Amino acid sequence: MDLNKKLGIPSVLLYYIYFPFWLAFFNEIGVQVVTSSNTTKSIMDKGVREALADACVPIKLFFGHVMDLKNKCDCLFIPRVVCLNGKTIYCPKFLGLPDMIRHSLDGIPPIIDVRIDARQGRLSKIKAYLEIGSYFGAGRNIVLKAYCKAWIALRRYNRLLRKGLNPLDAMEIIKNPKNKKLILPAKSNLKFAVLGYPYAIYDSFISVNLLGKLKKMGVSVLTAENINPLTLAWQKNCGLPKRLFWTFSDAALKAAHYLFRQGRVDAVLHLTAFGCGPDSLLNKFIELEAKQHKEIPFMTLMIDEHTGEAGMATRLEAFVDMVKRRKEVVSTCRN
Amino acid sequence: MSKLTFPRMGESWRTFKMLLEDLGNDVVVPPRPSKRTLDLGVRYSPEFACLPLKILMGTYLETVEMGADTIVTSGGVGPCRAGEYAMLHHKLLKDLGHDIKMIVFEPPRLQPLNFIKNVRALNKNRTSIRGIIAHIKRAWRKLQALDNAEKLSHIVRPREITRGTTSKMYRRVLGWIDQAYTTEQIIETETAALQALRGVPQDLDREVLKVGIVGEIYVLLEPASNLEIEETLGNLGVEVERSMFLTGWTRDNTWTETTEMMSVKEAAAPYLPELVGGHGRDSIGNTILCAKRGFDGMIQIAPFTCIPEIVARTILPRVSRDYNIPVLTFFLDEQTGKTGMSTRLEAFTDLMRRKKRLQRGQFTLTG
Ligand code: SF4
Ligand code: SF4
Repeated sequence: MDLNKKLGIPSVLLYYIYFPFWLAFFNEIGVQVVTSSNTTKSIMDKGVREALADACVPIKLFFGHVMDLKNKCDCLFIPRVVCLNGKTIYCPKFLGLPDMIRHSLDGIPPIIDVRIDARQGRLSKIKAYLEIGSYFGAGRNIVLKAYCKAWIALRRYNRLLRKGLNPLDAMEIIKNPKNKKLILPAKSNLKFAVLGYPYAIYDSFISVNLLGKLKKMGVSVLTAENINPLTLAWQKNCGLPKRLFWTFSDAALKAAHYLFRQGRVDAVLHLTAFGCGPDSLLNKFIELEAKQHKEIPFMTLMIDEHTGEAGMATRLEAFVDMVKRRKEVVSTCRN
Repeated sequence: MSKLTFPRMGESWRTFKMLLEDLGNDVVVPPRPSKRTLDLGVRYSPEFACLPLKILMGTYLETVEMGADTIVTSGGVGPCRAGEYAMLHHKLLKDLGHDIKMIVFEPPRLQPLNFIKNVRALNKNRTSIRGIIAHIKRAWRKLQALDNAEKLSHIVRPREITRGTTSKMYRRVLGWIDQAYTTEQIIETETAALQALRGVPQDLDREVLKVGIVGEIYVLLEPASNLEIEETLGNLGVEVERSMFLTGWTRDNTWTETTEMMSVKEAAAPYLPELVGGHGRDSIGNTILCAKRGFDGMIQIAPFTCIPEIVARTILPRVSRDYNIPVLTFFLDEQTGKTGMSTRLEAFTDLMRRKKRLQRGQFTLTG
């Protein structure tokens, strides 16, 4: 493979966490990157048609994005991401992602499915990227330099997230640092924590624009990505004897632990996807934790490919009203 | 004294009961999962928990009613949910107000201390280490005897002359094995049991289809959870070979019958090189090995929302095409009914039979 080929990266799943890294990396070694467009109804429908009916919504969506991309690029980047921090792994569906795509869709361009498993030694991540580089004939030094640049990009991105930006805005700022000013979310007197997987929360199509809706209702939002990872790493696991071993679930549970104890948010929402395996546990653990912190209202929102705009809006409005009224009552009592 | 219980998987409880009692524990035998078990489990488990978690939850609640106060089970480090089951069960039981103790066995290789601690907690008789090893060896032998009887029942059932005789005999021999205590007794009753099963009147000329069963371990091993799929198939004249037993997959079998001396992992590698938790990769590998051995079809059974088997199921259609072997999948949940399953199995059996006759027809034409 050479450098003139276009590399396709589906804008789902890990996109929200690592795209800035990948983009910087591939730009540096001179590979052109294309991404799938934002989720639309037609992408969702394609995914639903191609993926197994029993799969969870995000995986169906991944299939849809691959269908959207497959004719726009010469090869696809679907790394087999097993473990990145040496401690927690990704959902087994991530582990089998390249195989599922390769063996169930037709007419798919070649897939770069390098395995990344940080548990296999300190240098395993760099090695994985050297392997990725070699697909494009990039030499060792170029790859190492690109790898460093990519880290810097990711650091910047994460810093923006910590300031309270959501991933899409943060990526936009990184792309055009000049003509876009850093607009921090306005402070409001209601603050909700939204827990869940980044690829569900930030995809405004499958989350039925949850973040947008909250914003419109004057609620500011905090997600696990906005919390400093060091703070998170220190948290206990809501009274469980060991951590959850899936990265995103672990983060969400730790965030729940932190938020419920800190008490700086007015409510906690958990966004969960229909048919998600890890969530069946995670949601229960968060719910049990919420039971012990009655002063912070908690609600679970489940999304699937049929989630309707109207139903979601009504539920959210009712919940926000309830929280508002509660807050007023509490403050008048205090006075 | 505390009363122990443990998860039930098929007939293996007979062994675990013996082992725990040998160590001096008071044991509550988990009852066979029933409609009530499932109802209880469904009521108190998260909606999208997989079926094994729900059934086990129901079983635990039933054993708690029977006086159990300690649960011995396994933990794990993933990648699949089973490793977190114990924690969830514990939390749910506590939430319901049951003060239950959990003894969770983590993989001894990773946490040797946990293993030693647990064994000491269970060793009420203060048996010596050598004694414990002897107990475990004997228990293992019993488990093998139980598995061997079950395997034979799968071969005999499709050929029996009067329907139901095999199942009846199988239940009877289970009782014999259950009674055996010393290693000699276990070996003796095993021989007797196998002989008795072979003695069931059979029609050896019957055209019998051979089907491999793959999937998630719990629903494979607990007939009550898979709606006795093996018995149903046997009654349809299908010999089943299940890919999984607690005492392990019969490796010799695969190695001699496939010319290429392939392991399950190697067979699966072109399709799914990654361990995706549970037994997803084995489902693929075994399908390929069974196809090479000339099986007539494969059946995959898995709980609804089962992560590894969803990965496997996504890939299986390609395997089925490449190796020309029909594959039928059942995702089981609390709503799956026996009649619906039987209808699908009948249709599948018809399909395999037609395919087989067609192939044989071609052979006579060309030969
Ligand atoms: S974590 Fe849940 S939503 Fe994400 S891929 Fe796995 S099953 Fe699907
Ligand atoms: S293998 Fe399937 S049934 Fe078993 S824990 Fe994992 S998801 Fe649940």
